[in-house]
Amino acid sequence: MTGTTEALVLMLRRELTLSFRRPDQLIQPLVFFLIVTTLFPLGLSLQLSLLRAVAPGVLWVAALLASLLSLDAMFKNDADDGTLEQLALSGQGLYVIVVAKTLAHWLVSGAALVVVSPVVGMALAMPTSAFGTMMWSLGLGTLTLSWLGAIGAGLTVGLKRANVLVSLIVLPLAMPLLIFGAGATDRAVSGISPAGALYLLGALCVLTCTLAPFAAAAALRINLE
Amino acid sequence: MWTWFYRLASPPHVYRAAAALTPWFLASAAVAIGCGLIDGLVFAPPDYQQGDAFRIIYVHVPSGWLSMFAFTSMALAGGIGLIWRIKVGHAVAAAVAPIGASFTAAALLTGSLWGRPMWGTYWAWDPRLTSELILLFLYVGVMSLRPAFEDPGRGDRAAALLAIVGVVNVPIIHYSVVWWNSLHQGATVAKIGKPAMPGSMLWPLLSMFLGFMLFFGAVLCIRLRGEVLNRERHATWVREAMKS
Repeated sequence: MTGTTEALVLMLRRELTLSFRRPDQLIQPLVFFLIVTTLFPLGLSLQLSLLRAVAPGVLWVAALLASLLSLDAMFKNDADDGTLEQLALSGQGLYVIVVAKTLAHWLVSGAALVVVSPVVGMALAMPTSAFGTMMWSLGLGTLTLSWLGAIGAGLTVGLKRANVLVSLIVLPLAMPLLIFGAGATDRAVSGISPAGALYLLGALCVLTCTLAPFAAAAALRINLE
Repeated sequence: MWTWFYRLASPPHVYRAAAALTPWFLASAAVAIGCGLIDGLVFAPPDYQQGDAFRIIYVHVPSGWLSMFAFTSMALAGGIGLIWRIKVGHAVAAAVAPIGASFTAAALLTGSLWGRPMWGTYWAWDPRLTSELILLFLYVGVMSLRPAFEDPGRGDRAAALLAIVGVVNVPIIHYSVVWWNSLHQGATVAKIGKPAMPGSMLWPLLSMFLGFMLFFGAVLCIRLRGEVLNRERHATWVREAMKS
């Protein structure tokens, strides 16, 4: 019987290996993020002042949508081939599996978005002084979103076509993230201290880190039993 | 003690109890809403700032209150179904969801009708309106998750879990929306402060509150009967109840 930490590390390594074996799926959400953020200047205008004003919102909405894209696959593949049931029977708590899968999802989608975001920030004429806040807020926000997404993905894992439904469930829950995340970035762009909004994002992140694994594990159990 | 509880929550008992309660709820709701409407629309004095337009609160505020109350009771009923595996809990949750969503829609609609003369616009991104809108989205999520499952039991449990997650989120959403406005520094239309209400305006509102709660109970009983019948349609007691 492996210990909890050991199991967590093993699971995480497995998830990451699986993701890196399919580099196309790794790249797709990032390209989606870049394409969506390209749409806005095309649709709005080329005025840099206007772009700068809407940049935090655009960046955040695009990041939310991009990390929603890959949610569908979080538990799906393992559920389809029976691995999930074997994992559930392994004697480890289901929440260990949830934690490993969510962290892997975040590392692959959220953290990658954080790395790419300065490019988008520059394209949208954001001042470089706001990049730090932007990356912090995106990091905290996408991690929280991965936790919320784990609940949505867990609830719908037994369904055939769940992509739209997952978005329908997760997006309303994610609205506070957008408010604080885009708010923090917005304040950094206008040169005001973004600390308050960032702290609130951090609080939401801690709250979901502690509660969401259990909710997502319960959701998975509903679909497995 | 538990056997008594389970017998009380058995579908045939709930079906009969809901049938027996419906006329009482309906009659008392009619009295309370009737009194509240007459008192509020005729006898209450017009507001010194808003004139007669303020009278829409007699529908708007109880609807808003019930939209939250219904969500909480949906999560509670779902939680009871989830934890103690009481089927009627899920039936109640399923019956409450559309009622709550309708009250949410009513609160939004009356709010925007009120906003037109007061703020000069049907829709302002006011914190309360916005969080009410997000609440409506949450209702839609719960209502579309339940029928997505082929196995109704699974759909029930999934919807119950989502409702519980939603209840944890509703206060977070509300306060985030309130703070979001303060982050943006008063770009929206100035909101009229809530004046301390004189009794002549307050009593009809309280009567309407009571009436709306009773009306909610009545509609819940009616919907619950349909829900229970549909869920138990293969049971013998339903066949017997339908014959008589």
